[in-house]
Amino acid sequence: MRFLVRRLGFLLVALWAALTVNFFIPRLMPGNPAEAILAQFHGRLNPAALKAIEVALGIGGHQNLLTAYFEYLRNTLTGNFGISFSQGNDTVSSVISKALPWSIGLVGISTILGFLLGTGLGAIAAWRRGGVLDNVLPPTFIIVSAFPYFWVGLLSIWFFSLTLNWFPTLGGYTATANTAFTIVITSVGGWILTMRNNMITVVAEDYVKMARAKGLRPRRILWQYAGRNALLPNLTGFAMSLGFVISGAILVEYVFNYPGVGFLLLQAVNNEDYPLMQALFFLITVAVLVAIFISDIATALLDPRTRNNR
Amino acid sequence: MTTPILEVRDLKVEYSTAAGPAEAVSGVSFDLAPGEFLAIVGESGCGKSTLLFSIAQLLTYPAETVGGSVKFDGVDLTTLSAEELRQRRWRDISVVMQSAMNALNPTLSIAAQLADACRAHTDWDDDKIAHRSAEVLNMVSIDVTHLKSFPFQLSGGMRQRAMIAMALLLEPKLIIMDEPTSALDVVAQRSLMRQVENLRRELGFAVLFVTHDMSVVSHFSDRLAVMYAGEIVELGPTREVFDRPRHPYSSGLMDAFPSIVGEMKELTGIAGNPPSLVNPPSGCLFAPRCQFATDECRQFRPELITVDGLAVRCHLVNPRVAK
Amino acid sequence: MKRPHLLRLLAAAGRFLRRDKKAMAGSIILFVLLVITAFPSWFTPDDPAAEIYSPGMALSWAHPLGTTSFGQDVFSQLMAGTRQSVMIALVVGFLCTILSVAVGVTAAYSGGLVDDALSLVTDVILVIPTFPLIIVIAAYTKSASFWTIVFVLVVTGWSYGARQLRVQALSLRNRDYLLAARARGEASWYIISVELIPPMTSLIVANFLGAALYAVLAAAGLQFVGLGNVNTESWGTMLYWAQNNEALQAGLPLWALAPGIMIAVLGSALALLNYAFDEVSNPALRPVTTKRRKKAAA
Repeated sequence: MRFLVRRLGFLLVALWAALTVNFFIPRLMPGNPAEAILAQFHGRLNPAALKAIEVALGIGGHQNLLTAYFEYLRNTLTGNFGISFSQGNDTVSSVISKALPWSIGLVGISTILGFLLGTGLGAIAAWRRGGVLDNVLPPTFIIVSAFPYFWVGLLSIWFFSLTLNWFPTLGGYTATANTAFTIVITSVGGWILTMRNNMITVVAEDYVKMARAKGLRPRRILWQYAGRNALLPNLTGFAMSLGFVISGAILVEYVFNYPGVGFLLLQAVNNEDYPLMQALFFLITVAVLVAIFISDIATALLDPRTRNNR
Repeated sequence: MTTPILEVRDLKVEYSTAAGPAEAVSGVSFDLAPGEFLAIVGESGCGKSTLLFSIAQLLTYPAETVGGSVKFDGVDLTTLSAEELRQRRWRDISVVMQSAMNALNPTLSIAAQLADACRAHTDWDDDKIAHRSAEVLNMVSIDVTHLKSFPFQLSGGMRQRAMIAMALLLEPKLIIMDEPTSALDVVAQRSLMRQVENLRRELGFAVLFVTHDMSVVSHFSDRLAVMYAGEIVELGPTREVFDRPRHPYSSGLMDAFPSIVGEMKELTGIAGNPPSLVNPPSGCLFAPRCQFATDECRQFRPELITVDGLAVRCHLVNPRVAK
Repeated sequence: MKRPHLLRLLAAAGRFLRRDKKAMAGSIILFVLLVITAFPSWFTPDDPAAEIYSPGMALSWAHPLGTTSFGQDVFSQLMAGTRQSVMIALVVGFLCTILSVAVGVTAAYSGGLVDDALSLVTDVILVIPTFPLIIVIAAYTKSASFWTIVFVLVVTGWSYGARQLRVQALSLRNRDYLLAARARGEASWYIISVELIPPMTSLIVANFLGAALYAVLAAAGLQFVGLGNVNTESWGTMLYWAQNNEALQAGLPLWALAPGIMIAVLGSALALLNYAFDEVSNPALRPVTTKRRKKAAA
């Protein structure tokens, strides 16, 4: 339990750091873009939108830096993100909440699917060393996992939609299928490889030999003895690779024009819609940190050693 | 003479290495009587652990049993299918490994690890399993509350005893022990050996014990086998081998262990290194290091010949019958 | 202990590259790409930016990969774009590795408060989602130049390696030969550079390759969405223009797919080498063939 509390504390620190970095970036870049942006939009937007930008960038006109910073923090943590002027002047919160389910549904599920599938395949490949899976999967997926996510997306558009004419190209649920497929294919490789490597190390351990000596059924040894222990480093790795997965998902959404959070972010960037951009960054960060925390809980459940002190 | 519980004939094990196959166990044969305690000693790399795991049918790549037979209670284990073998495990032969820290699953409790052995081979219900688990823990003097503990929560000595308790679960006829005392201090070693000995007297199982430290077994084993470069070079009653070793290697080994009683002797080691197992020398494997070696020794590989209950593999002890 | 170990490792690496097919493949690809990077003019029959041909041509001998919607030769663009991507990979990989080694080893070696502080910084950077961060930063700079991209990627990418190296350095730190060095009274910098780092070489190389791979993909991603400098020649920007001109739908699939293939090729080369190096440090991972088993039984 102490372990989890410490992790929570750490994640909160990380969140604070992310917000702080986000606040200072526009100010620290050469040419102080923050002021430039404000100057640029002055007179072009209605006061509400202007206020939104000030809130987003934490520029309150005549406040000193420290006050601005705290106001920025307060606004962010209370969900006051202002108005998204590139999305029909709705509040940022409502814009995001429309896109959110798409992303969570798709990216979330695909990622978890990729993880489960990859871990399972990797475990089996290592279990039957020298077998078909073990010889074919690693080289295949070393290469596949080096493909840029978005390019695989393009490839699948070209292949499935245009050449095979299975689905129309954009929008709707076929895009979902395509996107999901892309994410799963590219992420599964990483899991297969790391799980296989972990399993190989674990299978050589004495306690697996001991399990064989005890005459336990092979399936039990595979999952309860080898798999369980090999999974542990993978869980920590899962947390860390989330950043990578998110980046891939953003680009894949872009390729398919899939109306999720990632696509929204890129649109916001292209439209210089700073309030939306900032809010999305905050949201994505929170999502990643939550996922990390969940995997920490899973680790604590699986590995009794972490429950005491780490 | 009762039927031996274990009959090993001509067992050969090879490791595949980058330089070619290395013969780690070359034609080992011996019998083990029911309830007998046989200790196998030798230096690191002589093949004793490999021999043990080969007998237990637990070898994995790159090691492979390439010849010979292992008869347990009359049944040749090498001819059984994987499933047949699996069903006999732990009931016939159980294993105690060197490092309990590594041999116990870190993520399962002691109770769970005892239970899964039971469930794999019996149809006992939960109560009976719990009862038997408590019983075996008592036999090794571990408090029953530790059933809920995880391996990392026990001390080194306790873990080792827990492994022994686990080995006793299904009342096997043979327990194989691979250097179970190496990770313990001298006092814990002695205590463990005493415990094993008491249990053996009470329950009547045979023990095959591998160690590089023969002082540990000298007071407990019935017979002692000395291994060198994959072969047994001497095999006989413990005291006999200990007090009057015949094979030059055995006597070199005995000399390397000072006695705490008796006069102070100068410690002498055995010069040289063990032979290459990929390219073994023709003739006696020990000849290159043996101060008594003759030309005959270098030319002809000696056989393990038994005279008066003592087996020795040496031309000087059991001269070759001239052609 | 020190010099022989490094030389031994290099010799082993040489032998290994010849033996292991993955490493072989990866090295060859990398070598070819490096040649193209160094001498792009050998490979570009035309000026990549010159819009002199009829747009939208399919492949032919004159234009092995066809032309773009603007009438540029795709193949020339592809070759010219190699330099940017390879350079980003190498520069970012190199800088990231230096940072990772510096932070990871210092943290492991110093222990105590220094370790706690450095580890905290490392872990925080590790969990913050970097790509969105990169996007945000790039958004403010409008058109990110090569060095901006490098800077951003390095700053976000060093933490993974630092963590890995710290773990390994920690396990080495207490080994006997290091304690012996300390007992001899050797200076810290000596111990670190001569005794601690050489055994970690394969992990450091693996890190370099991993960072390079990350750089290639992240840079391509950035350029693809238009955040890089869209007027330079690079694979990512080719993809950007292709996507914006709906290359796939317009029947010019090669324009869109070819740069992606090149990215994948470079990425795969790095990944193959990375994996091969994993096998160097952990021989248990090497491929097991049933052929070997049968030979042993014969």
